[in-house]
Amino acid sequence: MTERAGQQLVAALALGLAAASLHAATLTIGVLSRADDERLDPKRVELGYLGQPGGPISQAVDMAVKESDYELGDAKLQVKVDAVEVADAAGAKAALQKFEKGGAAAVLLDLPAAWIASSATAVKLPLINTADASDSLRASCTPNLFHTLPSERMRADAMAQTLMSRRWQKVLVLYGPSPEDAERSAVAQASIKRYAIKPVAVKPFKLSADPRERALGNPLLLTGGTDYDAVWIIDSDGEFARALPYRTQLPRPVVGDGGLFALGWAPHFERFGSPQLIRRFEKAAHRPMVSQDWAAWMATKAVLEAALEQPASPGAAQVMKALTRPDFVLDGFKGVRVSFRPWDRQLRQPILMTDGQGVVAIAPAEGVLHPKNVLDTLGLDQPESRCK
Amino acid sequence: MHRPPIRLALALACFAGAAAGPAVAKDTGLAYISSEKDSTLTMVDVKTLEVTGVIKTCKRPRHMKFLPGGTQLMVACGDANKADIIDVQTKQSLGTFAFGDDPEAFDLSPDAKTAYISLEDEGALGFFDMATKKLSKSVPVGKEPEGVITSPDGKLVYVTSEVANKVHVIDTASGKVVANIAVGKRPRRFAFNADASELWVSNELGASVSIISTKDLTVKDTINFEVKGMRADDITPVSLAMSKDGKTAYVGLGRANHVAFVDVATRKVEQLVLVGKRAWGVGLNKDGSRLFVVNGLSDDMTVIDTAAAKPLKTIPVGRVPYMVVVDD
Repeated sequence: MTERAGQQLVAALALGLAAASLHAATLTIGVLSRADDERLDPKRVELGYLGQPGGPISQAVDMAVKESDYELGDAKLQVKVDAVEVADAAGAKAALQKFEKGGAAAVLLDLPAAWIASSATAVKLPLINTADASDSLRASCTPNLFHTLPSERMRADAMAQTLMSRRWQKVLVLYGPSPEDAERSAVAQASIKRYAIKPVAVKPFKLSADPRERALGNPLLLTGGTDYDAVWIIDSDGEFARALPYRTQLPRPVVGDGGLFALGWAPHFERFGSPQLIRRFEKAAHRPMVSQDWAAWMATKAVLEAALEQPASPGAAQVMKALTRPDFVLDGFKGVRVSFRPWDRQLRQPILMTDGQGVVAIAPAEGVLHPKNVLDTLGLDQPESRCK
Repeated sequence: MHRPPIRLALALACFAGAAAGPAVAKDTGLAYISSEKDSTLTMVDVKTLEVTGVIKTCKRPRHMKFLPGGTQLMVACGDANKADIIDVQTKQSLGTFAFGDDPEAFDLSPDAKTAYISLEDEGALGFFDMATKKLSKSVPVGKEPEGVITSPDGKLVYVTSEVANKVHVIDTASGKVVANIAVGKRPRRFAFNADASELWVSNELGASVSIISTKDLTVKDTINFEVKGMRADDITPVSLAMSKDGKTAYVGLGRANHVAFVDVATRKVEQLVLVGKRAWGVGLNKDGSRLFVVNGLSDDMTVIDTAAAKPLKTIPVGRVPYMVVVDD
C-alpha cells in the first residue's frame, strides 16, 4: 500500500466513524388509512356530528411528532411518518407486511374493524387502532393490537355511571336500523344492566317521514306512552339523534348519540392543560380536535415515548416491550395517568361527557370504586374479558 | 390600551428608584390570591384571616411575584397575554404590558432586569427585558414549559417541560441549554432548599418530587407520596414551599386534597394535613408559622398552623384560585 493510499484509507475510516457517530437512528411510524373514506367526505364532515371523525388522523400524528422535536433532537432520533391508504382488507394485510419488512416500529390504524381483524395477526409489529370503537376487536385478544380510542363499552359505561350519579335511573332506549346500531345497542344495554339502570322500553327507530311508518319515525310517538328519566339513543349515522333533543314527548334529557355524549376527547375541554393541546392542534390542522385526533396523537406519543427509552435501537421490539409494560404510563391531558390494559391492550382513560358545548362531567363518576384502578370501571375489566 | 402609558412609565421610574427613594411603607399584612376565573386578586388579612377586598387586574391572573422593594406585585395574566404591576399600597394597577402568549409562570433575575418566562405554546423560555418591556431572547426547550426558577446567583435558570418530562437548565449569560435532566411525569414547580444546593421539582403525574443536586445537575433523590386510602393516581403534587430554616418542605398534593410536610434531611413525610379540593398554590408567612394553601376546585384557601400541623380556617376566595403570595 502506498503512503498516499494509506492516508486515504485513514481519512475514509475517520469519515466513516464521524458519520456513524453523527448518524441519527430513524424511527418509522406507519399510518394506515382507508382510501376514499366516506366518513371524511367534506359534505359529511361539515355536519360536524359529535363522536365522528373530523379529518385524517395523520394531522394528529404529525403534531405529536412535532411537539416532541426537542426530545427527539436531544436523543438524536429521527422520525419518519409513512402514511399509506388501502382500499380493502387484503390491501391492509399487504401494507402491514410491507411495513414490517421495511422495519417500521409501529403502525397506527384508521381502518374498519373487519379489516383490522383479518390483517392484524399477519404481522408481529405493534399496531395501534385509533379509530374503531368496536368491542369485538378488543375481545380478539390479538397480542400486538393496541387501542387508544375508547371502546364502545367504555363509552356506554361512562354514560351509565353519569346517569347513575344523577339518579336518572329509568331510561328509554332507542336504536337505529343499521347492524352497527344493533351491536351498539346491545353494548349499551350491558352497561345499563351493570349499573342497575332500568330500561323502561327498548324501541327501534327509523329515519322516515312516511305516515305509514310514523310509529317508528315520529319523535313524539317514539317517546310517548311511558315515563322515563332520560332517552338513550343509539344512532351511528347521527341525523335522527341530532334532531331528537327538545322533541321528546316528556321534557327529559337525551343522551347517547344526541344531547349528551360520552367521548374520548372534546375540543372545548378546559382542564388539565388541555386548552394548550387543543390550541396546538387547531393551529396545525385548522379544525377542532376530536376524539379520533386525540387517539391518534396519544398513539403517536406512546410510540415516541417507547422509542425514546432506547433511542439507539428504536425498533418494533422495543416499542412492543414498552407498550406491554404495566408501568408504561402516559400523560393524556385528562388529569390522570393513562396506560394500556394488559389483558386486551385497551388504553384505560377517563371519558368526557359533553353536549358539544362544554364538558359537563368526567367519568369515572365521583364515588365509583374499583379494587385496583378506578379507570377499569369503564369497559370490560380483567375478570370479564376473554383475554388473559 | 386602557391605561395611559405615561402612568406606567411613571410607575416604573418610581420602581427603579424605590431602593434609594423615599421610604415606602412595606408589609401590608395581607395575603394576595390570584384566581384563574376572576380578573381580580383577593386580599386576606394575615392576622384576622378575613377577606379585606379585591384588586382589579388583567384577565386570568396566575403567577405573581414581588418586584424588589416589596411594594409592587407583578402578575402574569394568561388570557390577557399581559403582565400587570400592582401597587399594593394603593391597591391599584400601575399599568399592564404585553408579556408573551398565555403567560403562566415566570421568575426574575436577582437584579430584576430580566424576567424569565415560560412560553408554553412556543416551547421556549423567553428572556424578557423589564426596561424595554420586550422579549430579548427565546431559548427552545421541550413543549409546554411551565415552572421557572432562577438560581440565587442569577447564572442559571431552570424550567420544567410538562411534555418532555425534563428540567432544562439554561445559562443566562449565553442563553444556551447546559443540561436536560429527566425527572418524573409532568414536572411543574420548583423550590430551592436553604443553601440552594438542592432544587426540588414536583411531578404532577409522577406523584413525586425529584430532588436535583445543583452541583452536578443530576437527580439525587425522589420522594414518592402516599396518602392512606388513595392511589398514586389521585396524588398530583404541584406547588412547593420551603420553610425559612430549610428543615421542612411543604408540598400541595393536588387532587389528594392534602399538604405534605416533608422533613428535608430525612426525605420523610412527617405530616399530611387535609385541606380543600385540589390543593394548588402554597405560601408561607414571614415567620413560617402559617401555611396558606389555595384550593383550586373548592374556591377557597386553607390556613394551616405549621407547628401543630392543623388547619385553622378555610376562607372563600376567588373562582379557581391559583397562587398565594403572603406579605406580612
